[in-house]
Amino acid sequence: MAARALSVAQACDAAAVVDLARQSVRELNAVLHALGPEDNRTQWRVLNPAARHALAVGLAQPVTVEIAGHAGYYCAGMNQHARVIVGGNASTGVAENMMSGFVHVRGDASQSAGASAHGGMLLIDGNAAARCGISLKGADIVVKGSVGHLSAFMAQAGTLVVLGDAGESLGDSIYEAHLYVRGRVAGLGADCVPKEMHEPHRAELHAKLAAAGLAGEVDIGDFRRYGSARRLYTFHVDNAAAY
Amino acid sequence: MDATPRTPPRFSATFDPHTLAEIRRAAATGIYDIRGGGAKRRLPHFDDLLFLGASVSRYPLEGYRERCETHVVLGTRFAKKPLELKIPITIAGMSFGALSAPAKEALGRGATLAGSSTTTGDGGMTAEEREHSEKLVYQVLPSRYGMNPDDLRRADAIEIVVGQGAKPGGGGMLLGQKISPRIAAMRTLPEGIDQRSACRHPDWTGPDDLQIKIEELREITDWEKPIYVKVGASRPYYDTALAVKAGADVVVIDGMQGGTAATQDVFIEHVGIPTLAAIRPAVAALQELGLHRKVQLVVSGGVRSGADVAKALALGADAVSIGTAALVALGDNDPAHEADYAALGTVAGAYDDWQEGRDPAGITTQDPALTARLDPLLGGRRLANYLAVMTLEAQAIARACGKSHLHNLEPEDLVALTIEAAAIARVPLVGTEWIPGQGGG
Repeated sequence: MAARALSVAQACDAAAVVDLARQSVRELNAVLHALGPEDNRTQWRVLNPAARHALAVGLAQPVTVEIAGHAGYYCAGMNQHARVIVGGNASTGVAENMMSGFVHVRGDASQSAGASAHGGMLLIDGNAAARCGISLKGADIVVKGSVGHLSAFMAQAGTLVVLGDAGESLGDSIYEAHLYVRGRVAGLGADCVPKEMHEPHRAELHAKLAAAGLAGEVDIGDFRRYGSARRLYTFHVDNAAAY
Repeated sequence: MDATPRTPPRFSATFDPHTLAEIRRAAATGIYDIRGGGAKRRLPHFDDLLFLGASVSRYPLEGYRERCETHVVLGTRFAKKPLELKIPITIAGMSFGALSAPAKEALGRGATLAGSSTTTGDGGMTAEEREHSEKLVYQVLPSRYGMNPDDLRRADAIEIVVGQGAKPGGGGMLLGQKISPRIAAMRTLPEGIDQRSACRHPDWTGPDDLQIKIEELREITDWEKPIYVKVGASRPYYDTALAVKAGADVVVIDGMQGGTAATQDVFIEHVGIPTLAAIRPAVAALQELGLHRKVQLVVSGGVRSGADVAKALALGADAVSIGTAALVALGDNDPAHEADYAALGTVAGAYDDWQEGRDPAGITTQDPALTARLDPLLGGRRLANYLAVMTLEAQAIARACGKSHLHNLEPEDLVALTIEAAAIARVPLVGTEWIPGQGGG
């Protein structure tokens, strides 16, 4: 299987190409998984993705994979080190449980974008649907548009930066993740509260925006910070109504 | 002298002393009772079944001379590398966090000696359990604590946990007193706070999504690892069919006697169905799909002996899992610690406050002084001994029924002692040909 992908890849000068109109997702992932640290084929293009699921999942090498179109569920899932660019929209769970690397969605992302991601950065040019950054564990997510309801639900660590608006119940049951929203927040979830922006927070926000290539494009002073009130960290019966 | 006869004071069957005490405890504290373990109430169980053994029309195998095979292969449907086990008794998922590191190591050592597998839990894979478990199943849980692709690739099989028998529909709970710095770091959470794991997965909902999730996990691991789907027993017929439709290699069904590290007593005792009641519906689903023995069925929840193993297999399971029984083999609730149990206001055999982290046996705790009480080498040996006994017992029963492999046991070898068990297990009431609910009479 992998051999056929290689022959196609070798026929292209600039980037290795896998055409999903002729090859399978299994062939795509197999050839990407077979890459070693010394491999010089570091640039890949995936043609005709047609919103297939599980594209470029489980990558472990610092390669760049550009998906020329829409991606289905779990694109770049559990990514390590790789740079994955989705030219169109991404369906549920893009970059879920990412450990490191950089995933860039040029269109919109469906729900659970960056779910439980531990590291790396997820950049979404459009909007992200519900539960963006759910269970976030250390990654950075930057959304240039808006995010849907229950974003950063139970988010433990990492940063969610939203240049647009946030839906209902932002940061519900949040732990120690940092949330920055420039636009309107429809509502905060249980134990999520507005917090003051101090210099370390402005520096952090600036660093995240810079890493996303957005330094200077937006005014950091327009953002508000949200995080955990830490009232629900230990169960108390008088908080029962909040659960 | 009053000679009028008096009846002794009478307790209410509805408001019995335990119920009254619980009402008083609730009124005093304002919080429900949290505990470990599984359902403690009397339930229809394997004890309600008997094997018929050989007779004029069936002949047995010679004990000690004619072989009765015990091996099982899990994950033959899609996985390139199915899990080959010498015995059909595996160790269920229990987290490092709920259990101490030496306890996890002991489970790995014992399962490895016996030729079986052990399973991670909510909190990720520790280096110790990977090192000491020849075959290790890696759980993918709603919390995704400690989840990472390196461990996924290091695992021998993957188990997507939808639920567990003690609390179908409930998430995890690890109270602050058990959160050591190492556990906090593995779970990316502050030390000392209560950790309530989510009950729903963060990135899929329902069987159609699950199918895609399984596809993703297979792609990440290059279709090598068997993928199990574990559910708490509640709707076993439909859950089994849906797990199969979603692409599972193995379905794991955990009945309400299956233990938990910590959850509400009301949840444990009132949500979910008994293990016995889950097996036949799950097997029926597999048979109707033509996949019985092709998608393997693992049953857990209250399995204690070789008789239980044989009965589960005769009803159609391919293997069983044990949790509580394995902990008892390591020393949980051992009367040797009676004085310590008394100091905690309980007695050996009834101790279930595993969530408090003060386990005298050093198993369900992170207190270094207590965890040091469990020698993982000795614990592993004890577990291996226990697994060997269970296997020998199951073989003794199978030979008596004339079976050369434990998997040749069948429902026709069984009868039930009660009408309830007959209806549930779909075998005749002892001394009759009556299977309630199956028509006829």
